[in-house]
Amino acid sequence: MAIESALGESVVLTRTDKVLGWARKYSLFLYPFVTACCGMEYMAAAASHYDIDRFGAGLPRFSPRQADVLFVVGTISHKQAPILKRVWEQMCEPKWVVAFGGCTCSGGPYDNYATVQGIDTIVPVDVYIPGCPPRPETVLDGIMKLQEKIQSQKQEL
Amino acid sequence: MEESLTLKKLRERFPASIIDTHSFRGDDTAVIKRVDVVDICRFLKESPDLSYNFLMDLTAVDYLQMGNSPKEGRFEVVYHLYSLKYNHRVRIKSPLTEADPTIDSLTPLWAVANWLERECWDMFGIRFDGHPDLKRILLYEQFEGHPLRKDYPLTGRQPLIGPKN
Repeated sequence: MAIESALGESVVLTRTDKVLGWARKYSLFLYPFVTACCGMEYMAAAASHYDIDRFGAGLPRFSPRQADVLFVVGTISHKQAPILKRVWEQMCEPKWVVAFGGCTCSGGPYDNYATVQGIDTIVPVDVYIPGCPPRPETVLDGIMKLQEKIQSQKQEL
Repeated sequence: MEESLTLKKLRERFPASIIDTHSFRGDDTAVIKRVDVVDICRFLKESPDLSYNFLMDLTAVDYLQMGNSPKEGRFEVVYHLYSLKYNHRVRIKSPLTEADPTIDSLTPLWAVANWLERECWDMFGIRFDGHPDLKRILLYEQFEGHPLRKDYPLTGRQPLIGPKN
């Protein structure tokens, strides 16, 4: 206590985990893996009206090596599945996956020969955003859920 | 009527190849034998007063569960032609049997037939004789079968990776 009182309010003491989580949750670099109509809703949510920059997630990266969050937006077909897996493998740790829309969560309305029945059969998913397509508010809620999850995780260095 | 002019000319020119014709509210349809498909389409394309110069669509129908016997023609290939000059259309249909679902390619007449016929092969397994590169266009090479055939299971998934759920 003696040190803290000597330093006054010029220093904040916290845990490494907490400060890393705080930094990570507010600097999300999304990789939009956009395959279908949900992409339009993603663009609406990412544009200025809903301003996802408030959550530090406003800068999409189109290289998986520069991204932290894989946003899978739209129907994934069996032909597309190996490409999705490869993009996920190319991302650096720590990384998270968000399933955006009904098709990525479960296959949505497409129970047929061509469609993957939920991307969690291929890559691990952290947050599911339901909807066909999801409202931008739902997307923002999903991002906030992801932030909570990141903050509460053990932070690997 | 200009629409029936097409069917009339077809009947005059190819009396042995036309199985049936009908017009419904201005839509002309001719059902033809498959052997003459290229000749008939060339005639429709190159006759100055018909001038069907645009192949709008090429697809197929599987009538397996609709009463057509496999012998007389389980499949039907459907062509939609359009004349940019006269603004008229005609539909050409040609039945194919299950044992030999083969028809001549229209690639010598229209370059667009190349991809349309590949799609038709991919989805229905209909072979187009004389096609320069008849391979799958939408599905992957490892896929077995033709998914728009009515005897292909609806959820017959063939995943490249991941579980077969």
